[in-house]
Amino acid sequence: MSPTLIAQIVILLFVFFMLLNSAAIMVYVERKVAALLQQRFGPYLTGPHGLLQPLADVIKLMFKEELRPKAADAFLFTLAPVISVTAAFAAFAVVPFGASTTFFGLLDHPIPLQVADVNVAVLVIFAITSMGVYGIVLSGWSSNSKYALLGGLRSSAQMISYELSYGMALGAVLLLGNSLSLTELVNGQAGYWFHVIPRWFVFLQPVGFVIFMIAGIAETNRAPFDFPEAEQELVAGYHTEYSSMRFAMFFMAEYINMVTVSAVATDLFLGGWHGPFLPASLGWIWFLVKVGALLFFYVWMRWTLPRYRYDQLMSFGWKVLLPIAALNLLVTAAGVIYFGA
Amino acid sequence: MQGWLSIVLMIALGAAFAVGSVVLSGLFGPRRPTPEKEAPYECGVPPVGDARERMSVKFYLVAMIFLLFDIEVAFLYPWALSLRDLGWTGFVQIVVFMLILLAGYAYVWKKGALDWGKERA
Repeated sequence: MSPTLIAQIVILLFVFFMLLNSAAIMVYVERKVAALLQQRFGPYLTGPHGLLQPLADVIKLMFKEELRPKAADAFLFTLAPVISVTAAFAAFAVVPFGASTTFFGLLDHPIPLQVADVNVAVLVIFAITSMGVYGIVLSGWSSNSKYALLGGLRSSAQMISYELSYGMALGAVLLLGNSLSLTELVNGQAGYWFHVIPRWFVFLQPVGFVIFMIAGIAETNRAPFDFPEAEQELVAGYHTEYSSMRFAMFFMAEYINMVTVSAVATDLFLGGWHGPFLPASLGWIWFLVKVGALLFFYVWMRWTLPRYRYDQLMSFGWKVLLPIAALNLLVTAAGVIYFGA
Repeated sequence: MQGWLSIVLMIALGAAFAVGSVVLSGLFGPRRPTPEKEAPYECGVPPVGDARERMSVKFYLVAMIFLLFDIEVAFLYPWALSLRDLGWTGFVQIVVFMLILLAGYAYVWKKGALDWGKERA
């Protein structure tokens, strides 16, 4: 085996385990930040500062009984969480998280720090995140429970509604970067304006960034758009009937999707691994810092804002966000032609 | 080709992990079903009827409108990448395309397909 192939396999496994870890870390961070915002302690008994809480959760869920309603569709009921998790993992495969590297001279040619270097990464992300809808719809339908079905239906309507704005915000970035490859889009954001302001697309696309984040929050079903599992009206939405590890799967998928959306937003708008003070080989530290900041923002939002009403969500998505996204795209297009950027 | 193989490998890893943990928890977890446990949850009262009943037509409407606009978005990507070659001609063309869509959008809006709040009998 060539060293390059080994390096690629190492990156693949590394990303896989980091995604697993990120879900565990996010479970902990969510509970700690929630506690912080509500002036509680949060988990603090399991390990130092409660750091082992996610592990305890997994072990507990692993030994719980798997319940399934008698009227449920057995095969689809089991398949749904598997689809959710698989789609969540797969989407991150095309996200680059650092500059090309030779691993300190171990390799002859530098390889990109990402699992799969494809030239249509943006399309792949768009396609795979859409697959996540299947997991939720199938879980809602196969449970044969009224709350689950309603949650699944609502979720699918919500996700496809916000996918349009999401896609249009992406389109505006494609116009600026003139590429479908995330690596090239990030490299298009290197350097500074006036030696001070980094050339990040967020400064050219402030509206696009806001649209992308709002749509991203709706896509990942997070508060204030967490309608599929609106506890006060739907018990737990699409995963009402789930227990044990199957239940944990949905949570994992949600957290991994959050990480993916944050990572994509970092690559598209926040300059990816570009940043001051650090050499290019350590750019991944900047990447981690930016993703971490966005994830904190996610959690902060959840524990600060109340949930929207469903009709507000739909009319906001269709009547406000979509026209703004379309206008933003046209204005960007005109600007790109006018300035020949 | 290397790139696509990696994506397939990632999908396989994800699926293997998911199936593995479902199987493991099936092995470790107890299995003591009772009729109550196997009933769908309905806030403690006995479940009434089947869950798969008729649902609001709104969901179908949203799905159909989504299809139309999603094709538009898919069409925008190649346009966005070739805009530098197309110049103002390409810009005018996309504006015309959007205006045609806008007519449909205005119609849908006026018909109330985007409203979820108003109750209708």
